Amino acid sequence: MSIWEYANPKKFMETSARLLPWVTGFAMVSLLGGLFWGFFLTPDDFRQGSTVKIIYLHVPAAIMGTSAWFMMLVTSLIWLIRRHHVSALAAKAAAPVGLTFTLIGLVTGAIWGQPMWGTWWAWDPRLTAFLILGLFYLGYIALWAAVDDPDTAADLTSVLCIVGSVFAFLSRYAILFWNQGLHQGASLSLDAEENVSDVYAWPLWTCIAGFLLLFVTLVLLRTRTEIRARRMAALLSRERMAG
Amino acid sequence: MIPDLGKYAGAVLGAYGASILLLVLLVAVSLWQAARIKRALAGVEARAKAGAATEATDA
Amino acid sequence: MRALFLRDLALAIRAGGGFGLGLAFFLLVAVLMPLGVGPDQGVLGRIAPGVLWVGALLACLLSLDRLFALDVEDGSLDLLATAPLPLEGVVAAKALAHWVVTGLPLVLAAPVLGLELNLAPGGYAWLVVSLLVGTPALSVIGAFGTALTVGLKRGGLLMSLLVLPMYVPTLIFGAEVVRRGAAGLEFGGALVFLAAITLGALALLPFAAAAAIRVNLR
Repeated sequence: MSIWEYANPKKFMETSARLLPWVTGFAMVSLLGGLFWGFFLTPDDFRQGSTVKIIYLHVPAAIMGTSAWFMMLVTSLIWLIRRHHVSALAAKAAAPVGLTFTLIGLVTGAIWGQPMWGTWWAWDPRLTAFLILGLFYLGYIALWAAVDDPDTAADLTSVLCIVGSVFAFLSRYAILFWNQGLHQGASLSLDAEENVSDVYAWPLWTCIAGFLLLFVTLVLLRTRTEIRARRMAALLSRERMAG
Repeated sequence: MIPDLGKYAGAVLGAYGASILLLVLLVAVSLWQAARIKRALAGVEARAKAGAATEATDA
Repeated sequence: MRALFLRDLALAIRAGGGFGLGLAFFLLVAVLMPLGVGPDQGVLGRIAPGVLWVGALLACLLSLDRLFALDVEDGSLDLLATAPLPLEGVVAAKALAHWVVTGLPLVLAAPVLGLELNLAPGGYAWLVVSLLVGTPALSVIGAFGTALTVGLKRGGLLMSLLVLPMYVPTLIFGAEVVRRGAAGLEFGGALVFLAAITLGALALLPFAAAAAIRVNLR
């Protein structure tokens, strides 16, 4: 039994159908639970006041916004090397989810920055890098939409994803060089001296788990949709050939 | 029920509102697409099966 | 490869569009900017490095869609793909020709426009150097973007969406070199990074672009 068996669309459909209700359930519980915990049961920060509650949306969305691109990079590589269609379709399915998370990260950041930094938007390294990541998502989605032949589209977007990853990474460091910025450092790393206190960390971890599971749920659901769409296209073209 | 958010109530509620709106939109679009494609595929599959059956009787 | 490079040069010169269009656009950006921002010499001097770099970037982008389009229309790209010369070489030669036709004139015209935008006296040398080092990357990255969209009917807008985010590192380091040079600060790091991006793009992107063209011609 190897992981590559799930590259068979039929096998993937069967397994994902069994998995989907469970993942959905866990996602709902952890996401709603984490947000409820964070919103209602945590104290205000002595400096940030109640805006500290925005962290439960901002940090998980930002983490998943970048992780989604990383997942697309891996599935794109798998498609290019092993030609498994499910892999290419999973990358396609993940892109809008990643874009939405990136957008949530940006919007919540702006809303938090307005009272805290006194500005909606600062050309801060992390913010700018995230905006550029959003642009890469847009380009990737637009390229999928523009190319008609599905295999050509999968190939082109995979190449774009790989080259885009390199440039997104370069941009990140170019931007650090360009401006030191206002954004605080990592708040959850295990070795940092200055982390958020436990009162905030536990609901935050729950929310991160919630966003991760939500991402998995949506990618499974959307990949299933893509597989069905592909099968329908195949059946229709066969019909046209017969008729 | 809602905790006292102080002077930042607008910012916090706005952030939650905007995020939840975006998430709900994403989920709704995904579900809607899934349902639409599923229905369409069922139709096509049924036709394909019916077509295969008539071909079989013709032969 | 040299024959292809010379052919592309000859075509661009004979058509007249390549040289003139990009350069005229660059000029227009530099003229429009003071009209929009106001004639304050101090402000203009401060934004000059950025304006000139963004102008160069857009001028480069503007002429990209012709890079492969004509060859696709008359079918010569199919011939080139089956020619003994590897497609990677074709891409590199065409990107180089594009740079000579659009990038190089921009480099040469930039000091004059710098004068117009009241660039600080220390910045001119570094403006030319940074553009000279940075613009080849713009041509190669552009060649990759064009290769991705070469099979599409109206790929121009999509191509800009794909290419512009990839121009970000070059833009940042390029403008940073000029700004620091003009202010008399240390800029070696930025120049080294700029050169590294150009060399890396020159070395690797022709392969990615060739792969994209093969997919598109399939």
